[in-house]
Amino acid sequence: MDRAAVAERIGRIIEPFNKKGLAITEDTTFAGDLEWDSLTVMDFVAGIEDEFDIIISMNQQAEIETYGQLIDAVTRLQG
Amino acid sequence: MTEGIDEADRPRVLQGAGPDLFSKFDALIQQREGLLATGVTDPFNLVMERVLSPTQAICNGRETILLGTYNYMGMTFDPDVVAAGKQALDDYGSGTTGSRVLNGTYAGHKAVEQALCEFYAMDHAMVFSTGYQANLGIISTIAGKGDYIVLDIDSHASIWDGCKMGDAEVVPFKHNDIEAMEKRLKRIPEGAGKLVILEGVYSMLGDIAPLKEMVAVAKANGAMVLVDEAHSMGFIGPNGRGVAEDQGCLDDVDFVIGTFSKSVGTVGGFCVSNHPKFEILRLVCRPYVFTASLPPSVVATAATSIRKLMHGSNKRAHLWENSKTLHRGLTERGFQLGTAEPQSAIIAVIMPDLERGAAMWEALLKEGLYVNLARPPATPANMTLLRCSLCAEHTSEQVETILGMFERAGTAVGII
Repeated sequence: MDRAAVAERIGRIIEPFNKKGLAITEDTTFAGDLEWDSLTVMDFVAGIEDEFDIIISMNQQAEIETYGQLIDAVTRLQG
Repeated sequence: MTEGIDEADRPRVLQGAGPDLFSKFDALIQQREGLLATGVTDPFNLVMERVLSPTQAICNGRETILLGTYNYMGMTFDPDVVAAGKQALDDYGSGTTGSRVLNGTYAGHKAVEQALCEFYAMDHAMVFSTGYQANLGIISTIAGKGDYIVLDIDSHASIWDGCKMGDAEVVPFKHNDIEAMEKRLKRIPEGAGKLVILEGVYSMLGDIAPLKEMVAVAKANGAMVLVDEAHSMGFIGPNGRGVAEDQGCLDDVDFVIGTFSKSVGTVGGFCVSNHPKFEILRLVCRPYVFTASLPPSVVATAATSIRKLMHGSNKRAHLWENSKTLHRGLTERGFQLGTAEPQSAIIAVIMPDLERGAAMWEALLKEGLYVNLARPPATPANMTLLRCSLCAEHTSEQVETILGMFERAGTAVGII
C-alpha cells in the first residue's frame, strides 16, 4: 500500500478521536495539539494496529510525534 | 500560597544557570496547592503515631480503623513472627551491609527462599529487597533487545519501569482483553522471544484476570508468562498461591512475582520459577546484585509468616466473608464500586472527582477510618478512588462499624 492510501485509511480511523475537531495536517502533534492522554493513545494505536495488522511498540511510538511521522511509520511497518 | 507561580511552558531562568529542572512539576504543585487551599487534610501526608494491631492505629491522636494497608492476613503482630524477628536481631545483628552475591547472604536468606519454594511447590526462589525491585530486576533482565513484552495496560508501575529499564519492544493491550492480547502475540515477528506479563489481582479496582484463558493463549503462541501475584498471595487459591492456582493454571506460569509487604507482613520481593536455568539470574540481574540484601530480622519474620500462611485456610475464609460483607453493604448504601462482585480483598469505591474524593477521605478519617486515596496517573481511566483493603483480622463488628462510617461520611459529603 502506498503512502497516500495509508494516509487515507488513517484519516478515517483518527476522526472519532479528534474530539477537538482540529484540521489535522502532517505537522499536527498528538500530545501537543490533540492533547491525548495515554488511554486515548492506546485505543487509537490499537485501531491502527488492527486496521493494518501491524505492531507499533511503545518504543516505536516514542519516536512518533506528528501525524506525518505516523503515516511514514505505518507505511514502513507494512513492508 | 506562594506568589508568582511560574507557567509550565515558561520556566524561570536562574541567574547564571539553565532552566529550573523542577519546572516540569509546576502543574502538579499547583493542583496540590489548590486542593490544600480548600482546607482539606493532606491525604498524602498522614502519620501513624502508634500502631495498635493489624487493624488499628492512632492517627492525629484518634483511634483509627485501618482499611488501606494490604495487610491482608494480619501477620504484622503475629507473636511467632515478631519473636522470629527479635531472635534474628539478637543472633545476626541489624543488617547485612552487603549484596546477596557478596557478604549479604545469611542462613536466613536461604531459609526464606526455601520457605517460598515449599509454599509455591516450585524449584527456585530468588528474594529481592522490595517487590518493586523484583519486577524491575526480573523483567529487565529476561526480556532484552529484540524480544517482545506483551502486557496489560493497567500493569503496576514496577512492571512498566522494568520494561523501560530493559531493551525489549513493549506492546500493551487493553485491560483483561484476551483477544487484543492474542492479536498482538500473533503479529510478533517469527523467531523473536516473547514475554507476556499479567497480574492476578489488579490493585486499583481489585478485579482479577482471566488467567486460565490468557495463559493458555500465551503458551499457544510460544510466549513465556510472568504473573504478578502481589495482591493474592496467602489469600486466593486453595493453598494461597494466588489467582493462577485458583484457576488451575499455575503449572503453565513460568515466573510468579510476589512481595513480602502485603500478606506476609514485612518488606521484600521475590520471584519463584521452575525454569531449569533460573539460578543464573543471581549473577546477571542488576537490581538483585547492586543493592544490599534484606536485614536478618526481615527475612526471619518473612520465613515464619510464609510457613504460617500455608495453614491459613480459616483466616482466608474469614477474609472472604469480610470482603463480601463490605462489598454488599457499600452497594446497598448506594456507593459505586470498582467491581460488580467482590473478586479480591480490595474494594474500590469510585469518587466523582478528586475534590470530593479528598473531602470523603477526610470525612472518613474524622470518623476514625483510614482508606487509600488513589488518583491519576496511578488509576485507570483517570478515576479517583477510595481503595479499601480488608484484613483477616478485621472482626465482623469492625466491618459493620466501617459501613456506618461510610454512610455518615458519604451523606455529609454528598456522594450518596
